[in-house]
Amino acid sequence: MTRKILVLSLLISAFLLGFAGNTQAAGGEEDKTSFIMHHVKDSHEWHFATFGHTHVTLPLPVIVYSGDRGLEFFSSSDFQNHETHLFGEEYAHEGYFIDEHDHLGRVDGASFIEFSITKNVVMLFIVLIFVGWFALSAAGHYKKHGAVAPKGAAAIIEPIVIFVRDEIAQKSIGPQYKRFVPYLITLFLFVWFGNLLGLIPGAANMTGNIAVTMVLAVLTFIITNVNGNKGYWKHVFMTPGVPPAMLLIIVPVEIIGLFTKPFALMVRLFVAITAGHIVILGFIALAFIFESYTIGIASTLMVTFINLIELLVATIQAYVFTLFSAMYIGSAVAEHAHDDHH
Amino acid sequence: MDLITPGTGLIFWQLFGFLGLLFILIKFAWKPMLEALEERESSIENALKSAETARNEMANLKAENEKLLAEARLERDIILKKAQDASVKMIEEAKEDASKVGAQMIANAKAVIETEKKAALADVKTQVATLSLEITEKLLRKNLSDDKAQKELVDGFVNELKLN
Repeated sequence: MTRKILVLSLLISAFLLGFAGNTQAAGGEEDKTSFIMHHVKDSHEWHFATFGHTHVTLPLPVIVYSGDRGLEFFSSSDFQNHETHLFGEEYAHEGYFIDEHDHLGRVDGASFIEFSITKNVVMLFIVLIFVGWFALSAAGHYKKHGAVAPKGAAAIIEPIVIFVRDEIAQKSIGPQYKRFVPYLITLFLFVWFGNLLGLIPGAANMTGNIAVTMVLAVLTFIITNVNGNKGYWKHVFMTPGVPPAMLLIIVPVEIIGLFTKPFALMVRLFVAITAGHIVILGFIALAFIFESYTIGIASTLMVTFINLIELLVATIQAYVFTLFSAMYIGSAVAEHAHDDHH
Repeated sequence: MDLITPGTGLIFWQLFGFLGLLFILIKFAWKPMLEALEERESSIENALKSAETARNEMANLKAENEKLLAEARLERDIILKKAQDASVKMIEEAKEDASKVGAQMIANAKAVIETEKKAALADVKTQVATLSLEITEKLLRKNLSDDKAQKELVDGFVNELKLN
């Protein structure tokens, strides 16, 4: 096993050093690491690899809505140099341009809303289809065979469903856990598969994007507060056991607390996944910077190691996101019998 | 696109994509799956419960059987004891009867013997008397055939009388 990893590392190192030469030819120190940030950010095109001057990319649709021009569809390749595949204001197309930081802009500066199918949106669709197909094929087993022992996809997904239901939902929410189980399972599978598929080389950093984690956190926030019972709101606005004068301080803190919970959810997943991607790419970048076979082997070994850790992190973060969502929902629907003793 | 600025497009697609997935899966995956799971769990629980009941019933049955067996043993012992007592009593009674009958028989035999003895004795006496008479007759016939003998006899009687 160790020998296989070593051989594989050597091969990958040689491969990466091949790139390093090209990158060096292209530019200075800045260019050797710029691919890291380029990878972890969203993009209007999906860039897979560059061989010399050949860019292997997937152009993606750019969809814009503006009050005066309505809904418009373009391709990301309309906005770039066909030779270098670089975006820039000088490659404007029909009044729009994508600048060198991959931002869509309008030449006349009027306002617009963007609905582009970016790299992360494509990744999102892949994850949605993957999770959907997986869950539906598992559910098909129960429809066909009834309540018998699971097989195939059902055998994989059933322990996850039971784990989320018994270990996360039931323990964190309490007696009313049943109606939140479907949301929590979907959340867990989405984040988990998103994290795992994001680790595939060439895939996008979808669950490490703040827009994705924000939407998930906001959904948990909405579910938590819509289901908040009397005890929950009483705890916020008339915190029991606190002197009336102290309420002036406590109530604002409690209200801020309502928002810090989803904020923490959003930031935790975003940071954990993005940081993992940056660390992996950082080790790969070492080979480019030092242009040394030794560093290449060592960094590839480290990348393999970090990748294994990232597999763990992918699962832990999915678990943590689901667990904290369940705990926030649990705090909103729990019967606060103990509040009188504060 | 900046790292910490959420893009509107991604927010839009993520929101509707995730909600779409959520609703499709709730309707077509999680509902049937969770229902099937609950059904299976309850059936397993029921099976376990019925097994428990069956085991309890078996234990009860066994206890009852043992009780019945013990009762039967007790009854058998009682019956045996009674039979033994009865047999002992019967033997004793029989012995008593036998000894009574024996005694009676012995008594009867004794009485018969006594009677027979008396009869025999009486018979013997009669015989003796008859014989004596015959002897006397014969003697008399022989001795009284001459005078001398008659004289002597008379003399003898006379002597006896004198002596008296």
